[in-house]
Amino acid sequence: MSTLLDINGLNIAFPTRRGTVNAAKDVSLTVESGEVLGLVGESGAGKSTIGNAIIDLLEAPGRITGGSIRFMGEELRDMNRDEMRQIRGKRIGMIFQDPQTSLNPLMTIGAQLVETIEKATSKRGRDADAHAVELLEQVGITEAVARLRAFPHQFSGGMRQRVVIALALAGDPDLIIADEPTTALDVSIQAQILDLIKKLCRERNLGVIIVTHDIGVIANIADRVAVMYRGEIVETGTVAQVLGAPSHVYTQSLIAAVPRADTKLDRFTSVDYIEGNTASFRRIDIQNHWLGETQQNDHTGTAIDVDRLNLSFVLQKAVFKRNRRMLKAVNNVSFSVQQGETFGLVGESGSGKSTVARLIAGLYTPDSGTINVFGKDVNENRKAVESRAARQALQMIFQDPYSSLNARLRVLDIVAEPIRFYRLTENETQTRKIVSDLLDHVGLGASAALKYPHEFSGGQRQRISIARALASRPRILICDEPTSALDVSVQATILNLLKDLQQELGLTMLFISHDLPVIRQMCDRVAIMRHGEICEVSDVDTFFEAPAHDYSRHLLDLMPSMTLLSDPVE
Amino acid sequence: MDSLDEKPVTRWQRFKDNDIVWSFLSSPGAMGAAVVASVMILACIFAPLIAPFDPFDPGQISLWDGKLPPAWVEGGQGKYLLGTDNQGRDMISTILYGGRLSILVGLAAVCLGMVLGVSLGVIAGYVGGVTDAIIMRLADVQLTIPGILLAILINGIGRALLPYELRNEFAIYVVILAIGLTDWPQFARVARGATLVETNKEYVQAARIIGLPSWLIMVRHIVPNTLRPILVIATIGLALAIIAEATLSFLGQGIPPTTPSLGTLIRVGNEYLFSGLWWITLFPAVALIVLVFSVNLLGDWLRDALNPKLR
Repeated sequence: MSTLLDINGLNIAFPTRRGTVNAAKDVSLTVESGEVLGLVGESGAGKSTIGNAIIDLLEAPGRITGGSIRFMGEELRDMNRDEMRQIRGKRIGMIFQDPQTSLNPLMTIGAQLVETIEKATSKRGRDADAHAVELLEQVGITEAVARLRAFPHQFSGGMRQRVVIALALAGDPDLIIADEPTTALDVSIQAQILDLIKKLCRERNLGVIIVTHDIGVIANIADRVAVMYRGEIVETGTVAQVLGAPSHVYTQSLIAAVPRADTKLDRFTSVDYIEGNTASFRRIDIQNHWLGETQQNDHTGTAIDVDRLNLSFVLQKAVFKRNRRMLKAVNNVSFSVQQGETFGLVGESGSGKSTVARLIAGLYTPDSGTINVFGKDVNENRKAVESRAARQALQMIFQDPYSSLNARLRVLDIVAEPIRFYRLTENETQTRKIVSDLLDHVGLGASAALKYPHEFSGGQRQRISIARALASRPRILICDEPTSALDVSVQATILNLLKDLQQELGLTMLFISHDLPVIRQMCDRVAIMRHGEICEVSDVDTFFEAPAHDYSRHLLDLMPSMTLLSDPVE
Repeated sequence: MDSLDEKPVTRWQRFKDNDIVWSFLSSPGAMGAAVVASVMILACIFAPLIAPFDPFDPGQISLWDGKLPPAWVEGGQGKYLLGTDNQGRDMISTILYGGRLSILVGLAAVCLGMVLGVSLGVIAGYVGGVTDAIIMRLADVQLTIPGILLAILINGIGRALLPYELRNEFAIYVVILAIGLTDWPQFARVARGATLVETNKEYVQAARIIGLPSWLIMVRHIVPNTLRPILVIATIGLALAIIAEATLSFLGQGIPPTTPSLGTLIRVGNEYLFSGLWWITLFPAVALIVLVFSVNLLGDWLRDALNPKLR
């Protein structure tokens, strides 16, 4: 082994009109041949910036203000653009996050590979074609010769990422920088891609830098890991050492925040170090508050009862029925949710879990089947008063905190909207008081009410979403991947908040997620969905310890193993 | 709990912090255009205060002073800096009053087109299906007819419907209606596109789950979020509407010659062009070009400033 990349005291600054942001402060790293270095950190930690700085692709106005980057003994900062272009793609390969956008949709896979090969090596014509086939075979694409003529849209997400890896390998590089290579992929494909990267690293004696926010990915693939926090590397070491016995406070709280799949904890460990004391807030006595006065609850049966639900989407329109192409998004789905329980819906992307949630919320109308919320059919008489009451009793929290709030309204108006619409209060003063109490209760502080959504971070926006959902005093909360767009530490605090609210208000929750550890921590019962059908409904502990269905076992096998993690700090 | 009433920052600070304002202050072209446009628009609005003569007051007009060249040309008089027209009206005053009318017609026509186009476009985008098809095909059909021909048609029909005595009095409103009705498909197309994007966002779904009726979702949530691109085409539309008014008047289809607008002035001047009276047509034309050019520059800048990809 020899030192491939040696970064010493690197500083990167982004001058903006609101002062200079130091994206990297005195960063030092080394990568050896044949090893995988994991660079882990939360959003805004500066991990991607370092990857981009190595290959001189910093986004303007960012620039390197100090330090050195030595690649195989040569100083990269001294090189001019032409020399850098020789290095980039030939000796250092890049794998980007989104395989949808890193391939040109108008060129065949073959054309893109050959173009790169001809640029990076001396191979031309048939030799280049042969090399392209060889590369595709190496990354595990079968029938490579025929696949060369295919376009990117004919490949699945995982296959596309394999092609991207083949492109990165085209110049026979010594170092590969993979920036969140599996974030856009499903778990089952994530495992395959990580195995492939690791295998290539060993076979070709490559150095690999994996930039990721996911501790699970690091635990599975990396040899050594560097933890970044606000532009600084706080800890470096072997994976076993850093994940098993973290020495820095940040690493400790980061690891504590990762949801565990093996045991169910009451709450996530508090991670104050990460979020910081942004606002002082107080909790309110919910039992004696307006929020506690929910509607008369005379229904004793199940909260949600879904019976043989079907919904198809039209993929291709046609005048004649037989020419139409339909996708059965929800196929004969039945389940029921008891009052006060948290029911999980698990599945990979495209399994129809979000569609089921939207059907229950009334955003879609089913082709057939019935949905009863507190014993009332929601789709019968949609406009009737009873159905409006059912709407009010059921609210939803969405995945993307950036698109789930109207940017043109103040937080006050966003949260007050359901209160004003249903006239739940007597006057405007009372509405404002309740909004400020709500914001306090979700941990934002009442001064948030006069700001606009863009002034908040993702986690804070999700809190606003929760406040809005609570404002109509619902009894059922549908959470559609509420934390998958958030950092782990923020995820932990949001999940804690949801748990607290559920206990205080006796909410029934339908919790949709692809993340099995989160499901284990949050849910009482769980339904596994695949291709629009339910495979298994069982108790959450039974599911994790003795799964009945083959697909459940398959999903559990693919879950990144966390055996290296230290025991939770109590 | 009175903390809701205290302002974290003042409105002025908030305003200065705005990216658009910042982009404006660092773009000399936009600032220049804004200065020129606002000087011209203000001068026209306050024409009765700053114009040396009142072209509508017969007491101030003397046919003896007709067709006088600008002051610096031989035969010109000091009190008529840019000369006089065929009726003996001072050119500066006439241009100011004429520009006032042109800008008024342009603004009113754009507002009419915008209200109509945005409403129809948002409804088409949000409701979808047959409603969408009908509204947008209507817009497509209208776009196959050249705008100015359509404006002439609407103008002609409008005037024919009015009784003879009222024709001159209501000519302005007919012109506004004609230009506004030709304008709307542009607005409808942009509004529909923006609506399709916004409707899929989760905040609209959240509003639907709350149970808000469709009209309220459109008014409160969708329309404010489609305004950025609308604002851009409205600015460029203003320039186009001013030109459309001038064209209609030049063709004799618009404002009657007794009430001067930039277009009527150019038309009247055109008749005297071959007699060597170049100033009657040149000065109103220059005013029109400068006004339209600066408004267009502003529109271009606004389009770039509001496009996050170019920032």
